[in-house]
Amino acid sequence: MNAEWRWDFAIEILPQMLLATLNTILAAGIGYAIATIVGLLFLLGQRTPSKIINMFIREIVEFIRSTPLLIQLFFVYFVLPQFGITLSAWVCGMITIGLHFGTYLSEVYRGALEGVPKTQWEACRALNFSSVYTYRKIVLPQAFPIAIPGMGNYLVGIFKDTPLLSTIGVAELFHAATAVGGYHYRYLEPYTIVGLIFLTLSIPAAIWIRKIEKNVNLAQGKIKKEQL
Amino acid sequence: MSYFAFLSEHGPTMLLGTVTTVKVLICSTILYVIISLIFGLMRLSKNPIIQGTATTYIEFFRGTSLLVQLFWFYYVLPFFGLTLEAFTAGVVAIGMNFGAYGAEIVRGGVLAVPKSQWEGAFALNFTPVKRMRKIIIPQIFPIILPPAANLTVELLKATALVALVTVVDLTFEAKQINSITWLSAQCFGTALLIYYIISRFFLVPFLRWLEVLAARKVGKDKI
Repeated sequence: MNAEWRWDFAIEILPQMLLATLNTILAAGIGYAIATIVGLLFLLGQRTPSKIINMFIREIVEFIRSTPLLIQLFFVYFVLPQFGITLSAWVCGMITIGLHFGTYLSEVYRGALEGVPKTQWEACRALNFSSVYTYRKIVLPQAFPIAIPGMGNYLVGIFKDTPLLSTIGVAELFHAATAVGGYHYRYLEPYTIVGLIFLTLSIPAAIWIRKIEKNVNLAQGKIKKEQL
Repeated sequence: MSYFAFLSEHGPTMLLGTVTTVKVLICSTILYVIISLIFGLMRLSKNPIIQGTATTYIEFFRGTSLLVQLFWFYYVLPFFGLTLEAFTAGVVAIGMNFGAYGAEIVRGGVLAVPKSQWEGAFALNFTPVKRMRKIIIPQIFPIILPPAANLTVELLKATALVALVTVVDLTFEAKQINSITWLSAQCFGTALLIYYIISRFFLVPFLRWLEVLAARKVGKDKI
């Protein structure tokens, strides 16, 4: 083993790595889509008329939030078959990521709803708007810009947590790197390439999210153009 | 096999793993706090080299996945003749990764100190070092502790990853016991519970206590 970076090896494995990157992006996308919906369900579950249900859901959210994603993945992957439910690694991974980040997104949504001034709700009540109309026309358009930074951060967060899926055998980027590294017994290039691919994807994503955040705030009239 | 039988047989092993997890937690927390203070303040420096170094460090570690960094430290560094023990590699990777996130919190905290405080220190002719040490730094703690507490809970969860580079922590033991007994629900369920208990009943109350302490130090507790 030597420390020299071998370009020929790096170029040889690059196509394979880029192909696996597509899987990573796909996993992050599906996971995020599930998480946004699950987050909404968790939020609604904490806003029911029954105090007991609210507390119960709250505790579940706390539990999922304070335990490691890695063990949750193992739990779903190994325990469900014991109850006769055999799911592929992909499905297990997506469910777990969706649940885990759904709890985070529900907090983001909650913060956004609470960020809408109380006077807005009261005005809607005074104007006798229906609750659907209140949400659709008054509350959600104002809550959305508050939620965007958090939602964007967790998109990048999910993307960066997808390597964990390799532990249950989802063939994403990190899995490919480990496989290639094991085959050639050279880990320097595969893991470095993985790091570089992550950097080249997540930094532009972060910049892009910051831009959307500004645009939405601009459209909402929260900041003026001169302030940018 | 009842759950109690499972616990009496494998509980001690899991507790041993928990001790390692707590060790990783404490070591990497100390490391990440030091790194975030240093890089957070460097990020605010007017010197472009110092600021650039900090920005590069922060963007690099926030831009890549912790797992990738962990494997890089453990499997790639030996190529350069630097072999780290699994425990050290885990602590260093987690500490440096969370240090990057913490640095941004510290930066935000310093910027959130009211401008009048800076001006007051300036008017009293404090040197820059004294101004930071006596006026600004004590005031950032009540501001940065709530987000830092969230980050520390994240760190506890991240310690599970060190099992993948063969550190014998709680996750590693759970996996090991699972591969022997195939009682997955009990193994991983117990592990999840232990993490939950550490976080909910030890870590979070401790961090809340720190928050109250920091607020009291600057006389902000009477709200």
